[in-house]
Amino acid sequence: MRRSRVPLIFAATVALLLVTLVISVGMGAVSIPPRQVLAVLLQRSNPELSRTTVAIVWDLRLARTLLALVIGAGLAASGSAYQALFRNPLADPYIIGASGGAALGATLAIILNLNLVMPAAFVTALLAVTLVYFIAQAGGHVSSVSLVLAGVALSTLLSSAVSLLMFLGDRDLHEVFAWLLGGLSGRSWPQLQLATPLIALGIIVLWSMSRPLDALTFGEETAQGLGLDLFRARALLVAAATLTTAAAVASAGIIGFVGLLAPHIARRFVGGAHHLQIPMSVLVGALLLVLADDLARTMMAPLELPVGVLTALLGAPFFLWLLKRSETWPQ
Amino acid sequence: MATIDIQRVTLAYDNTEILHEIELEAHPGEVLALVGPNGVGKTTLLRALSRQLRPQQGVILVDGRDTWRLSHREAARQVGLVPQQADGDWPLSVEEVVALGRMPHRGWFLPLSSHDRQVIHKTLQQIDLYPLRHRQVTTLSGGERQRVLIARALVQEPQVLLLDEPTANLDLRYQGMALTLVQQLAHEQGLTVIVSIHDLNLAALYADRVALLAEGRLLAKGLPHTVLTAELLSLAYGIPVVVSHHPVYNTPLVAPVLPHKKNGVTK
Repeated sequence: MRRSRVPLIFAATVALLLVTLVISVGMGAVSIPPRQVLAVLLQRSNPELSRTTVAIVWDLRLARTLLALVIGAGLAASGSAYQALFRNPLADPYIIGASGGAALGATLAIILNLNLVMPAAFVTALLAVTLVYFIAQAGGHVSSVSLVLAGVALSTLLSSAVSLLMFLGDRDLHEVFAWLLGGLSGRSWPQLQLATPLIALGIIVLWSMSRPLDALTFGEETAQGLGLDLFRARALLVAAATLTTAAAVASAGIIGFVGLLAPHIARRFVGGAHHLQIPMSVLVGALLLVLADDLARTMMAPLELPVGVLTALLGAPFFLWLLKRSETWPQ
Repeated sequence: MATIDIQRVTLAYDNTEILHEIELEAHPGEVLALVGPNGVGKTTLLRALSRQLRPQQGVILVDGRDTWRLSHREAARQVGLVPQQADGDWPLSVEEVVALGRMPHRGWFLPLSSHDRQVIHKTLQQIDLYPLRHRQVTTLSGGERQRVLIARALVQEPQVLLLDEPTANLDLRYQGMALTLVQQLAHEQGLTVIVSIHDLNLAALYADRVALLAEGRLLAKGLPHTVLTAELLSLAYGIPVVVSHHPVYNTPLVAPVLPHKKNGVTK
């Protein structure tokens, strides 16, 4: 039955991701065939390879593609966790204000010229999520409508604060603005080195908490009846999911809807149990963002679109469809 | 083996008192039924027993220890709750839902041991869910989901099993099956079982003792035939009630007398 198919699905997704990765590195103004990309990556000596090709792969493309992979994976894992925490399939780092919170902290740090982009993003994101949670929770459970409203209202507030900061700050507006739109353009090894350990840590913590996450999908009372210390479990989960989101936002700006889409796709294939759903979401999220970045780079070449704009264009209609459908759900 | 001892417990939501100074105990190996009118506080009492509502006054002892002094996990190893409604709409399989009952034993991180899997499989077989174990719970019928919740509570291997209206969504046949199972768990495995139930005739058939709640107080407790009497039930429900005998088991058989009913056959 379903169970026996799971390893196969994972193997196929990993294979798909690897193939996509190699093809993506080859894509761009200078097209490099996958065979050559592989040769460069595996550091095989090959007379066909020019020094330029090696430089393009290592210095320009690889880090950026890997960053898309890591950020997509992180957003998907935190989306999975938020959906269980809020017991709501519409939760996503972007919808619930985590990304907006992180953006505010990061902008503040950039404008004040502080070398604290990541910690500032984490603290403000944590504040935003906590606030949305308490506002939306009025009455005991988090309904879709109150969650979305609280998230939207807070996001508006946060983005206004960001605009105000940009207006008052004397930094180059274009730079901050392009960063906020969510783009991987010009991102390279430094961002990858900063984001990867934090996102990896976040994903590992969330994955290891699969059982509490499963229990939380049944609501507070049942979870507590199963012996879960609600406060501690939630605190750790929110911290890990928000750390992951903040690391993603601090390194590539606001990229919405990957964290919404990936868990939904993953659940279709491996079900809702988090010990399977989180790793599958991570793979799907990585795949989605790598593909979205390919599109962003090539669709209007030589102009590069911010990948956050693209994910919003593709993800928002899906979100609206889910919202429409959630009205007819029980509860 | 654990006795539940409810000592002068007063329960309230915000400042609205629901139950006043309840004195009640339940013993290993017996089924105690909580009966009474809608909104009298049967569910509230079960919530207090499963630590979801802290009493305003009084203490609840499990095996002589105050439940509120136990750790979360310890409490969940003592007391298992079967909620009234299937409370999840997440796409989990039957086996995945039931496996969550091992959380009080395994904690957050540790993978399930072979003993855990044994307990899970044994329970799935015991309540006839084994063939359905890979099905998603969201695709099950009301009766099947009810059994999944019972299985999850049993896998906790609790000393005390609380069931909130376990028969509310079940048809005649499954009502009997569910309560027979509950009775077996008490009589054969020595669990302390407390079950809230609307249907007085089912309570009469399956409970060893009955506690009748009315107007925020415990009106009566004792053997079914001493509690389920016309006098006490009329008082509790505010309508005339007649009590007869079950034609097969000779347990009390309760029927309301409806003052405005006109049609039908009358003697």
